[in-house]
Amino acid sequence: MEYWLPVIYVAAMGLALLIYVVLDGYDLGVGMLLPFADESEKDLMIASIGPFWDANETWIVLGVGVLLIAFPAAHGVVLTALYLPVTIMLFGLILRGVAFDLRVKAGDHRRTLWNRAFFGGSLVAALAQGWMLGSYVTGLQGGTLGLLFSALIALTLPALYLLLGSSWLLMKAEGELLEKATRWARLSLLPMGLGLLLVSIATPLVSERIADKWFSLPNLFYLVPIPLVCALAFVIMAYHLARIGRLRALPWVPFAACVAICVMASLGLAYSVFPDIVIGRMTIWEASASVASLQFTLVGVVITLPLILFYTVYVYRVFHGRVTELTYH
Amino acid sequence: MDIDPVVLARIQFAANISFHILFPAISIGLAWVLLYFRWQFTRTANRDWEHAYIFWVKVFALTFAMGVVSGITMSFQFGTNWPGFMERAGNIAGPLLGYEVLTAFFLEASFLGIMLFGKDRVSNRMHLLASFLVAFGTTLSAFWILSLNSWMQTPAGYRIEDGVFMVESWWAVIFNPSFPYRLVHMLLASLLTTAFLIAGLSALRMLRGLGGPGTRKVLKTGVLLAAVVAPLQILSGDLHGLNTLAHQPAKVAAMEAIWDTEAGAPFTLVALPDEASRSNRLAVEIPYAASLILTHRVDGEVQGLNDFAGQHPPVAPVFWAFRVMLGIGMAMLVSAWWAAAVLLRRREPGRPLLRVLSLMTFSGWLAVLAGWYVTEIGRQPWIVEGLLTVQDVAADHSSATLSGTLFGYVMLYVLLLAAYIGAVRNLSSKPAESQRTIAVGELAAVAGGA
Repeated sequence: MEYWLPVIYVAAMGLALLIYVVLDGYDLGVGMLLPFADESEKDLMIASIGPFWDANETWIVLGVGVLLIAFPAAHGVVLTALYLPVTIMLFGLILRGVAFDLRVKAGDHRRTLWNRAFFGGSLVAALAQGWMLGSYVTGLQGGTLGLLFSALIALTLPALYLLLGSSWLLMKAEGELLEKATRWARLSLLPMGLGLLLVSIATPLVSERIADKWFSLPNLFYLVPIPLVCALAFVIMAYHLARIGRLRALPWVPFAACVAICVMASLGLAYSVFPDIVIGRMTIWEASASVASLQFTLVGVVITLPLILFYTVYVYRVFHGRVTELTYH
Repeated sequence: MDIDPVVLARIQFAANISFHILFPAISIGLAWVLLYFRWQFTRTANRDWEHAYIFWVKVFALTFAMGVVSGITMSFQFGTNWPGFMERAGNIAGPLLGYEVLTAFFLEASFLGIMLFGKDRVSNRMHLLASFLVAFGTTLSAFWILSLNSWMQTPAGYRIEDGVFMVESWWAVIFNPSFPYRLVHMLLASLLTTAFLIAGLSALRMLRGLGGPGTRKVLKTGVLLAAVVAPLQILSGDLHGLNTLAHQPAKVAAMEAIWDTEAGAPFTLVALPDEASRSNRLAVEIPYAASLILTHRVDGEVQGLNDFAGQHPPVAPVFWAFRVMLGIGMAMLVSAWWAAAVLLRRREPGRPLLRVLSLMTFSGWLAVLAGWYVTEIGRQPWIVEGLLTVQDVAADHSSATLSGTLFGYVMLYVLLLAAYIGAVRNLSSKPAESQRTIAVGELAAVAGGA
């Protein structure tokens, strides 16, 4: 138990954050695409994420929650070190969260203002999250190289979100907006791929520890599937996006390929970091809460997590299909 | 900048939770009221209830969103502002917050989507269920967070190993001595806040001639709810106070500004508590009343602040916040009973009554904030009563960082509060759906007659 409980929790945390990146990723992406659509398209774009965004954002609360519950010592260290980017991200999330409602409820003369807040909030949140991920991977050390690396990820993550957002619209939009979404997806494909490639090259350069973990035999052999699947997903996406007939017949393929890239990147990251929780400073066992507390919460996790996944899938099924105008009932 | 960073961290956290609590205070109560509207419509098929539901669900969605985003901020600020608290009390705070996320947050957030936008996509029964689950989720969320807050006020069920809190009994942790009182007091506060919000906005609409028959129904729902809940709240507050006297006597001494321990202590109506001279200036007192209220005996002994020298909260803010809460509570009772007396006799509410109710629209907010200031400032200097001080657990951010982000937060919150109130007023300045329907109907009748 002493060994396994922290492992189970770090896996749960990783899963929550992965789900967050995919789910809030697409709705942040849609937010960043908002200025490129006309007024009625904006309403449809918001409508496509309206029923989901609240629950999507809850996954980051769960991720941070697990960090707090299971690794209280690391929770303090990580959030203290990331104080500024966390605060900036929160400003972004607050702005876009309220803009959802205020853009239609604050009166027509304020609509443009809240549309901008929605775009700005989404962009700022995505940039800050990328920056946080970058700082985390460099072990919260800072330094010129570390900062450059953080900046690189801060640009790559929004590119990924843009791709997720436009892929989401490929499944949800119709007509003119669908054409635009196709263009947006094509445009964001290359920056995302380039960013990911650069991050993959830079990571072992900024962290000797990660380089050692990857470039030794036989580990390298087992790890090859990770970049391979990423490359494959990228090629499938590019192929698919270039052929409009296929894209309309199987509109979910780019989104699925994007998710595959997210899953692979998470696996790679998890392998690089494990068993540390703060790289080079603290292992999951050193940071972990007491066994009694972890067991108490595990009961809840085991009962509720499947339920949460079940009704999340249910909600997505209820709102399945191309989006229509959003109205309250 | 040479302001103490701990003070800045406290102001920042206080600003955030003060902003946050405004929205759950409405959404917990409003979720149940909406369920009532929804159920009334299903039961009676009267369109007025449906219009009431459609109008208030918009307010609910906006309120809920404000609560979510400021709540996410809180989940991060526990770590950014009080890292020591999580290191020392993480074994207790972590699981309680974890259960809140797992059992409440996902439930409310997921079914909110169906409640707001899914009526045409699911059966009526499923939609009712979704509305119920949202209401249930908001209440469950209050259950967990108030359990943690109460534990910080009246810790139980723990032992301390190397300065770290360990759990002895989860039952004792969750159902710690002040929790039942605090939970009931907060849930009733939320119902009262909601009751005055819906009654107040309905009164405003009627004053402006925008109300329809649905508005009248909502007004009556709000007034009757307030008339029933207000006295219950006073009773629960009294019991909560007795519980506080038993467990946190220094807080009660600050609430009443009693400096020396005495039997037959007077109740101080107003005064300027002065910590330098440790006495009250310009005090207006009712003899024996404090002893009577607190011990339910005329000659009961009440402990004074001087028994807790150096370890009691700042007196003036607690003393005044308590009086603001009491004053608003009394105003609520009087106005709710007045309005109920008029409406129950099926009389048309006059303009003075409608004006009073409209003035009271956000009175619940003030009472809730004042009440939280009493209990939270009243806990100082402790973060966990008697065991761990706030000073011990603060992060070592620089004053410059903290004041910079504090400035940002305050600007944002002022902007959002103005936007929220503006949006609610904007929504209420539109004519009622039912009124428009009637107008169209009349037009058709005229056209038919001609």
